[in-house]
Amino acid sequence: MSDNSGSTAQKAPGAASTSATEADQEMAWRGVANEEAAEVSQRASGFLKARSRALLWDLLRPYKPLVWLLIAMVLVENMARLASPWLVRRGIDYGIPPLMAGGSPRYLIETVVAMATALVIQVITRITFLRISGRIGQDLLLELRRRVFRHFQSLDVSFHDRYTSGRVVSRMTNDVDAIAELMEEGFDGLISAVLTLVGTSIMLLVMDWRLGLICLTSIIFVALLGRWFARESSRTFRKVRNASAQVIMQFVETMTGIKAVQSYRREPRNQEIFTGLSDRYRGINVRSFRLFAIFMPGIAVIGNITIGMVLLVGGLFVIRGWATVGVLAAFLLYLRQFFEPLGQIGEFYNTFQSASSALEKLSGVLDEQPGVPEPSDPVAVADDGRAQGRVDLDHVVFSYAAGRPVLPDLDLHIPAGQTVALVGTTGAGKTTIAKLLSRFYDPTSGSVELDGTSLERLSDADLRRNITMVTQENFIFNGTVADNIAFGRPDASRAEIREAARTVGAEEFIRALPDGYDTDVSQRGGRLSAGQRQLVAFARAFLADPAVLILDEATSSLDIPSERLVQRALRTILADRTAIIIAHRLSTVEIADRVLVLEHGRIIEDGAPAELQLRGGRYADLHRAWEASLA
Amino acid sequence: MPSRAPIAPTAPHDGGQASAGSAVPISTEVAVLYGDALTRQPAVAPRPQHSLDHHMDNLLRFRPYLKPYATRFVLMVVFALASTLAGIVTPLITRRIIDGPIAHSDRPGLFTLGAAAIGIGIVEALFMFWRRWVVARATLGTETGIRLDLYAKLQRLPLGFHAQWESGQLLSRIMNDLSTVRRFLGFGMLFLLMNFLQIVIVTTLLMRMYWPLGLVVIVAALPISALCLVNQRRYTRLSRAIQDQNGDVASVVEESVHGLRVIKAFGRSQHVYRGFDRKSTTLYRTSMDRVRLTSQFWTFLEAIPGLTLIVVLGLGALAASQHRLSLGTLVAFITLMMSLIWPVASLGFLLSMSQDAMTAADRICEIFDSPETITDGPEHLDRVAGGLTFDDVSFRYPDGDDDVLHHLDLDIPAGQTVALVGGTGSGKTTLTALVPRLADVTGGAIRIDGVDIRDLEVVNLRSIVATAFEDATLFSMSVRENLTLGRPDATDHEIWSAIDTAQAGFVRDLPWGLETRIGEQGMSLSGGQRQRLALARAVIVQPRILVLDDTLSALDMETEALVEAALRRVLVGVTAIVVAHRASTVLLADRVAMLQQGTITHVGTHSELLATVPEYRELLSADYDAEAAMADATPGRSRTAGSSTAGWESQR
Repeated sequence: MSDNSGSTAQKAPGAASTSATEADQEMAWRGVANEEAAEVSQRASGFLKARSRALLWDLLRPYKPLVWLLIAMVLVENMARLASPWLVRRGIDYGIPPLMAGGSPRYLIETVVAMATALVIQVITRITFLRISGRIGQDLLLELRRRVFRHFQSLDVSFHDRYTSGRVVSRMTNDVDAIAELMEEGFDGLISAVLTLVGTSIMLLVMDWRLGLICLTSIIFVALLGRWFARESSRTFRKVRNASAQVIMQFVETMTGIKAVQSYRREPRNQEIFTGLSDRYRGINVRSFRLFAIFMPGIAVIGNITIGMVLLVGGLFVIRGWATVGVLAAFLLYLRQFFEPLGQIGEFYNTFQSASSALEKLSGVLDEQPGVPEPSDPVAVADDGRAQGRVDLDHVVFSYAAGRPVLPDLDLHIPAGQTVALVGTTGAGKTTIAKLLSRFYDPTSGSVELDGTSLERLSDADLRRNITMVTQENFIFNGTVADNIAFGRPDASRAEIREAARTVGAEEFIRALPDGYDTDVSQRGGRLSAGQRQLVAFARAFLADPAVLILDEATSSLDIPSERLVQRALRTILADRTAIIIAHRLSTVEIADRVLVLEHGRIIEDGAPAELQLRGGRYADLHRAWEASLA
Repeated sequence: MPSRAPIAPTAPHDGGQASAGSAVPISTEVAVLYGDALTRQPAVAPRPQHSLDHHMDNLLRFRPYLKPYATRFVLMVVFALASTLAGIVTPLITRRIIDGPIAHSDRPGLFTLGAAAIGIGIVEALFMFWRRWVVARATLGTETGIRLDLYAKLQRLPLGFHAQWESGQLLSRIMNDLSTVRRFLGFGMLFLLMNFLQIVIVTTLLMRMYWPLGLVVIVAALPISALCLVNQRRYTRLSRAIQDQNGDVASVVEESVHGLRVIKAFGRSQHVYRGFDRKSTTLYRTSMDRVRLTSQFWTFLEAIPGLTLIVVLGLGALAASQHRLSLGTLVAFITLMMSLIWPVASLGFLLSMSQDAMTAADRICEIFDSPETITDGPEHLDRVAGGLTFDDVSFRYPDGDDDVLHHLDLDIPAGQTVALVGGTGSGKTTLTALVPRLADVTGGAIRIDGVDIRDLEVVNLRSIVATAFEDATLFSMSVRENLTLGRPDATDHEIWSAIDTAQAGFVRDLPWGLETRIGEQGMSLSGGQRQRLALARAVIVQPRILVLDDTLSALDMETEALVEAALRRVLVGVTAIVVAHRASTVLLADRVAMLQQGTITHVGTHSELLATVPEYRELLSADYDAEAAMADATPGRSRTAGSSTAGWESQR
């Protein structure tokens, strides 16, 4: 993301050019949009922000004792690991000379036993460490998944409209995966690497401080190289991720839109764009590969020179009698231990970076407050939880954007059991009323009430049991047809499910499916036609048996015969409950007890269909036109 | 498709500078090698007739992509060999230092050998650097080459192919599988060779230094390799399971997001959460299995060399004390032995990597080997009158049992508009896909001005025909780029007039006008808005033949009336097929064709059919009230794909 994109996200259209990303400036075809820069702070590459740190601590808190145990384990393990070169030295320096002189092998045996003991300790502590840290990591991941999932579900519809489904999915998959990857390879590696570095340095100094100092001067060079690598790679890796995201996006859009691509001969232009994006991805990847090409041999060269220096200077020391061959051998082994994990840290850095930026995005999501919160002390709707179904909108004002009210001041009272049809033109506010009634949004002012209790004071369970909305969206979940109908009431028996399907006229087509009610619908209802999906949605709503049923253009994709069936069913279904119907078809409106004609969020006509027809107004005109068309 | 110009290195889009904007700059390397990917067959080698090992076949077929980088690949092997050898030499120098200058207090000798050790160390790192530096461009170039050919291939493959493949599956091939292959080419293959070489050389050296200890090392290496192989297999199995389970979790997540409104409307968050929790817990369990496996595996991988070290030290010390082994040799022995750990331990990992690469290559080649059924014909029509004839047309989906369309006859004289009316599943959308040859008829023929469309160049045909689909696909690009899909050189004037025809004036109110990004990654538009843009897109092409597939279904009545009025002007002199659900749309047409169960049963004017065909009367008069309420498309929400799109969609 470019440096200025975050701050301009909220600005007026005039600021367009500044909010385009660096990449977009050379790609006018992508058009201009507000970027997601605000999600990640500019310093995502550095250390965790307070928000992410707080989340991390919060997740780790239950594991405090275990974490202490882990620290103990890792310390012991590293001590055992560090012991072995030191023991090699002891074996060479003190074990061999007595043997050469024909003396006792005691020293050697002692050393070997000590080494074996160290090895056993190392094995035990290491397995324990890996298991515990692995478990904590996985627990943490599971908890994070659960929290984020629940949180997304609790956030309101307007948040989701703003945030877009693509980003939600990417938070829950890519970002969580990035953290999982860190848990898998980074966590343990980093701790061990750091401890090995510290431990080795100490051992080197203890064994021979002069040789030790020579070795430790190499740390300066390692640090310089590391700093350079961290700086360069954080920039490069981010570009790699961006470039790959764009390649993926271009690819997916081409494949999902292949029909339009081919019929409009878009292929050459697509190929050109994709070639450009792939080439950029390639170029930036070459750069990141070459960072490693410098960093890894860089570490190796520092290590090799250090080893050479130790050989040279150490050899001199041995000649002078200042050191022994055993010390030299131990140094060589320690240096190997010292430099080996350094290369890995380079690889790990990338993982760490993605994980920390992922954690930041996730903590950002968890910080979002639900705009339509559940009350902390809900009011029960009725003793048995079943409302009567009286609905009141009391001086309701609502606007999606400040200053442009969709409903300027709506007063609407629907007695229990009444069926009300809403009719009106574009932007009249019909769907908004439906959304307020099902509490997808709360009114800006005024109140929406069920049986005299504000929806804001009802528990979610009570609210949903009593008010259900069917839209033209008709989402079908993975699973069987029966599962999908039972979504309205998960504890429903098979007989009840069938009954619901029969009532809305869905049984015929369901029986014709390969496995009847147990037919697995493929993802997103692919195998059901739009009309069939709609029937399933109706059955679902009927099974839920709410006191208030809202139908928002719910019959729009039914064909004529199905629609007639549904309409016949509706008369039964709606008989004993309150209903609000938004419909295109006047035939649907006919079954209503009352019709409201809306304009600009105000009710301009209100009455029984027959009455309005006689009165002569918008509805009467409409009805006349309809009748004319039938003739 | 000879009329398509290969991409020039700097990639100015032909004629589209003002409207289309520049694409992404392309390097000369890629432009020269793969600029023409779309207009030629992929460079992948043909499937070999005879081969020794079938598993390797598909991987070997990628060799043409390696060819431009042959020198780099050769250098890679040479450099790797050099640095491996240098790595082996260092411990040998150590031995010489300890046994020579140190034992004999020979200072000049120490300086010489010490300097040599440093020198060799630098050389080792240098070769390592060169290898990595040189190979970066080679492997990434190879990967990019295959990727571009694959993309081109996919763009050429017919709709029938795409209907059977989820875009996610294709994506995993072009990204994951391809990088698996790349990693194998630049790393796995090389180190399989190098490590094997290193093991052989070092064990020989160890055997020559002191064979009893050498034997100990060989004996120790056996369980390591065995353990690695076994564990690698288990690890791979667990990792695949984890990948699958990750996918399961992801689909629950996707469902929970796409179905959010339904979940909220029914208050079923808990229910959905339980489903999610089940999947996540399964994933958690498998992950824990893997944690346990790796914790043991890695620990033993470290323990066995540790154990060997103990044995070697013990026996070595004993041998040294009996002067059968010098101290220098013992130290060199230990260092050399330690340097074997990685090569031995990684064998299992490298073998499974090559396994993966072979599988990945198979999956990629599966796409390369799919037949391109829609190919160019020899003819090119320049002056098109636009007469469109369906002559005994039948169509069956590749995996279908029955004909969706059968023996369909329809003749549309140039300039005439025909409305296509039919119930759900009668085959309207399928029919519209046949005209631009998104799929080919399986019987009979479609002709334009008497020429079978299969005899035309595909590009020529598709520039004659423009289609507006009901499920308007918008790409994450600017409005301008979306609209000028079929004619990148359209002027602003033409764009705006098409926008006005389609009543898509809302574009003026978008934050950045024509430059506003729409689609999934940009501004979200309502179903009605999307349809209007799809219509504008078709109109901009100024085609001789226009196909409108229920393009007005998501519009409210007022907008629809305005669009119809504008369309009436556009349709003058243009041959058109208009799929219609409403009487008002039908009235745009000169004639109406009624489609029933895959064939055309009646053709006539609207009033004729109303008078004589009861089914028609039922369909349209009952349908009129669908729009009679002054309902409108609700902003911010897209209409679900209509019933008429069920054909291709249900093939997935």
